[in-house]
Parts: sequence; C-alpha cells; structure tokens
Amino acid sequence: MTNFVTILRRDLRLSFRQGMDSLMVVMFFVIAVVLFPFGVGPEPNILARIAAGVIWVAALLASMLSLERLFQTDYEDGSLEILVLQPVSLEVVVAAKVTAHWLTTGLPLIAAAPLLAVLLNMDAGGFAILILALALGTPSLSLIGAIGAALILGARRGGVLLSLMVLPLYIPVLIFGVSAVDAALGGFAARPHLLILSGLLLATVALCPWVGAAALRQAMRS
Amino acid sequence: MIHRFANPTRFLRLADRIQPWAAGLTVVLGGAGLYFALFSSPADYQQGETVRIMYIHVPSAWMALFCYTALAAACATALIWKHPLADLAARATAPIGACFTLLALATGSLWGKPMWGTWWVWDARLTSVLILFFLYLGYMALNGAFDDPERGQKASAILALVGFINVPIIKFSVDWWNTLHQPASVIKMGGPAIHPSMLTPLLLMAFAFKAYFVWVLLMRMRGEINAMKIRAVRLRQVHAAEATSADAGAATGEAR
Amino acid sequence: MDRMNRFFGDNLTCFRGGRFVFAGLSFAVEEGGALVLRGPNGSGKSSLLRMMAGLLPPSAGALAWDDGRIDEEPEAHHERFHYVGHADAVKPVLTVAENVEFWARLRTPEPDTRAALEAFGIDRLADVPGRFLSAGQKRRVNLARVLAAPVRLWLLDEPATALDADAVRAVEAAIAAHRARGGMVVASTHQALGLDGGDVLDLADFQGEDLDID
Repeated sequence: MTNFVTILRRDLRLSFRQGMDSLMVVMFFVIAVVLFPFGVGPEPNILARIAAGVIWVAALLASMLSLERLFQTDYEDGSLEILVLQPVSLEVVVAAKVTAHWLTTGLPLIAAAPLLAVLLNMDAGGFAILILALALGTPSLSLIGAIGAALILGARRGGVLLSLMVLPLYIPVLIFGVSAVDAALGGFAARPHLLILSGLLLATVALCPWVGAAALRQAMRS
Repeated sequence: MIHRFANPTRFLRLADRIQPWAAGLTVVLGGAGLYFALFSSPADYQQGETVRIMYIHVPSAWMALFCYTALAAACATALIWKHPLADLAARATAPIGACFTLLALATGSLWGKPMWGTWWVWDARLTSVLILFFLYLGYMALNGAFDDPERGQKASAILALVGFINVPIIKFSVDWWNTLHQPASVIKMGGPAIHPSMLTPLLLMAFAFKAYFVWVLLMRMRGEINAMKIRAVRLRQVHAAEATSADAGAATGEAR
Repeated sequence: MDRMNRFFGDNLTCFRGGRFVFAGLSFAVEEGGALVLRGPNGSGKSSLLRMMAGLLPPSAGALAWDDGRIDEEPEAHHERFHYVGHADAVKPVLTVAENVEFWARLRTPEPDTRAALEAFGIDRLADVPGRFLSAGQKRRVNLARVLAAPVRLWLLDEPATALDADAVRAVEAAIAAHRARGGMVVASTHQALGLDGGDVLDLADFQGEDLDID
C-alpha cells in the first residue's frame, strides 16, 4: 500500500509539473463536443437528443488519447524496466499508474461534462446521472485502456494502434453510460444501467491490473 | 533441447498428409452444398430466392465465431505452454477469421437490402459481428506492429484473450442497446424452424467451410514457417558479418 | 543457509531471433565477489545481465540464489539486487534528489539520499531538475539510486559509460566499499574498471553454434 502511494504521488507530481497534459485532454474533450453542433446543426431538440451520446463518445476518445503515454515515457527513459525490477508487485504498479491517470484526466473530464451538457441543451434532469455515469464509467475506460497502453510498448504507430485495439472494448461502457442518461431523461429508472456500469467497473478493477502487468512483463522481455 | 528450438518437420509431415484431404473435402462438400443450396432446396415462401444467401451467410457467421474461439485457444496455448506452433497457428488463423467475418457482414448486408430495404440495419447480431470484425483487425494490427515478431505474437495473444473475455459482454450490451433502440418490426434471420431441405445444404456448407479453414490454415502455417526460416538465415548473415568485423577489430587491437 | 549468499547460473543458453547468442554458460558469484563480463558487441553481455535480473528467461539452464531458483520467487529475487541498464531513468521534471528518493523509497522507508548523492559528487545538484543534467550526471544519478537503498547484488550494464575519470574512480570506490561489506557485483564493461580480485567471464568463449533450421 505504501508503494501504491509512493508511485501514485510520483505520477501525480510528474503530471502536475508537466502541467499541460491534463489541460490538453480537457481541451480536446470540449472541442470535440463543440464540433457536433457544426456537424448536425444548432437545432436545440436534435442536440438535446444526442447530447449524452456525444459527451460520452468525446470522453471516450479523450481518455484513450491520453492513455497512449501511460507507460510510454517510462518505457522510453528506462524507468519502466527498473519499476518492473522493484520488490513491488507489478499489479500494484499498474493500479497506481492507472489511478494517477484517472485523477489527472478522468476527473477533469467529469468536471467539464455539465458545461458541455448545457452547451448541447441537455435537460437539467440528466446532469446528476451524467456525472454519476461518467464517474463510474471513466475508471473502467482507464483500466481497459491501460492494457492497450502496455501492449503497444515498442510498437510502430502506437497511438493509432491503441485506438484500433481499445475502442471496440469500450463499447459496453459506452452503451450503458449513455443509456443511463437517456433513461433518466426519459423518466425511467437509471439504476439498472448504473448498476451494470458498477459491475463493469468491479470486473475491470479485478482483471485489468493483472492483465496489464502480464502485458508489461512481456514487453520487458525483448 | 526445448520445443522452442524444435524443428517443425513433424508438423510439416502431418500437414502434408492432412492438406489434400482438407482440400478434397472442401471441394466435395462445397460442391454438394452449393448444388443443394442453389438448385434442390426450395425458395422461402416469404423471402423468395434471396433466402439462398443464408447458405453462405449463416456458415460464415458461425465460422467468424469459431475462428475467434480457435484464435483465443491458440493464443492461450502459446502463452501458457509457449508452444511455437501455437503462435504460428494464431497468426495464421486471424486473417481467415477476419475474412469469414467480412463475408458474413457482406452477405448480411446483401440479404438486408431486399428484406429490410436498406443495406445496413443496426440489428443486434449484425452489430455484434461488426465489433467482432474490429477485434480481428485490432489483433492483426498489433501482431504486425513490432520489429521483433515474437513481441508482436505475445502482445497480440494477450489482446486476443482479453477480446475473448469481452465477446459475451459486448454481445450482451449490444442486445441491451438494441432492445432500447430498435423498432420491433425486424424480421429475425433464419426463422423459427428450418425445414430439412434447407438444413442439408446449410450443414454441408458449414462443413465445407470448416474443411476450407483447415486447408488454408495449414497453407498459411507453412508459409509462416518458411518466413521464419528466412528470418533466421538473415540474422545469421548479420551475425556472421558482425563476427568477422569483430575479429578484424581484435586483430588491430593486438597490433597496437 | 541464507547468509551463504551465492548467486549462480548453470548451463545457461540464450536463443534469440533464430540464433544462439551464447550457450552452455555457467557462472557463480560469492559474498564479496565480483564478476566482469567481457566480449564483443552482440556476444550477449546485456542479455546475460537481463537474465540475471529475471527480465529475460533463459532458453535453457537455470539461475539460482543459494538453493532457490530465481524464477520461482521473482519478488524475493528483486529484493536482492539493483539493475543499472543502458537508460538512466532520470525524469526531466523531477529534481535529482526526488529522482533518487523515489526509487529508494520503493525499497526502504527512510532512504539516505544525501550520502548516495555525495558518493558520486552530485550532492550540489540535488535540487536541479533532471532535464538540465548532462549524460554523465544522469548516469551518476542512476548509480546513486543503487547506493541509496542497500542490497546485496549489483547488476551493472556498462556502468562507466559517459563518466569522466573522477566519476569512474567514484564508481570503483563504491564497488569496493560494497564488496567490503560482503556485497556482490556483476558488471559488463568495455573500459578498464578496476575490480580487484574479480573474476572475468569472456562471453566470446560461449558463442553458440548456429542452429541448422532446414
């Protein structure tokens, strides 16, 4: 546990000193969402109808784009090699790095989401559920993406490759994240959708650090 | 020593023996299946002649899933027992599976036009197959993305297993999504009960596809083994060049 | 049993990319001992060190510490050694002290960062961010990490790279002090690194024959 905190603090410190990273992710998120009114027209009803989906898809892309660097910098400067050789279980390392990633990118996305929902004319009744669904869904995205980020180490064209691998795996989170908000807006219970999102989160928490650690180990073999 | 270095001669001998049989079965079963499918089976009273697309579409969809299962099994074997042939088999399986998946999607679309009036419908099954196609693409992209082929195989093997765990979750979520969004007027493919006159060609085609899979798989694996040999020869050349230059370097060093 | 401290490899083979890098290699390092790896480029010095660290599983043969194979308890093995590879793992936005302290903290709760920095003459750089360092200074930061959390075995891959004469002497002194306390060192090196009484392992002696694939 102390090791978890040590690695988490170091990653947070790195991220804050570099500063721009998480800001850029939020900026991407905002710009991607703002593109949609230009694409589908400023009709308030249409925008309100697609708001939840647009916000979720943009959040998904923003989270994925930032994941590319999750292990990449450590891999390039040799830190990952040393990290793998510490008397710390690699699963803890992966969990700590993913937590740091979520705190620096997932949380800002959640904070920016209500603003975008206003821009897209979403009914105020859906805001709470949108935030809750994002809070349950984005950690899953970070965890699933961490596997992809570990697998692309040393590959050519890592970023494009990551999206090709990870986006299909994001679909369940996307479906339930959007349907929770849609249910709330349509006057139905959002609870079952949120419960399934929580289930997905629990499954990813249990499995992803483990698979990610296996992926890192084999990345170090070459 | 360890099977990692083992010559694949035993496999090649076995492949030599199986391959003609697989090829023969493909031709015979496929020919018979197509005859039944196109001539001897009746047209559907609702769908008319278009029902004959089913004899390609349904076996392709089965093969899409079958190949992904085979891929996952090969990858698990490669990761757990580190058998080099399993790596080759996985690598060889993926493109075949992707082609069957694409075939299922294309024939589904062709079938959809007369049935639903559009080329594409976000039907739960078609959507799941589309995502399966993406999983294949991700696997193949990752597999080929490394300069060291062994790295590519290990990394993509992990991805294939993660994808395999995800297939039922994706299927479930797409079904859920579909019931929320889809109007209920969609005609289910296949229909409730299949008449024996339709089942015969369907099964014949399914087995023909399986035989075809075995045939092409063996061919592709043979190709992979040859590619591996070529790579080894290249590396040996590099190493030999390195050794002679090192010797030369050592000689000048002594002279000093 | 544990105080015996013997690290050895038996009949190791490295098979990579379709060829044998080395074959039938055995070694042993005892308490206070040192092993110097020599050999031309591509002879497998780095591969052997990575094998010792458990990063690369041997194609044949086994590595063991006393009675226990290292691949059976990887975390217990990680406890015993520091590995210094080619890359220096210095974060550009962390200061020298923070860089060293992070690594040491994963092993000991109260690391002595100051003394480690002094040993390599970089204590005055303690508050300088990593991005301002030269290659030699980065290497010394990486080596200071080794001193900050004492372990029994050091695996050093070309430790003298980019170092000036003074720094090389500091490395030699650190190694000598480490061995005097009963520590062990395995180092690959092109340059003359003074390791008194160290065994030399020339990897050119273990070049494997090429495998006939056809």
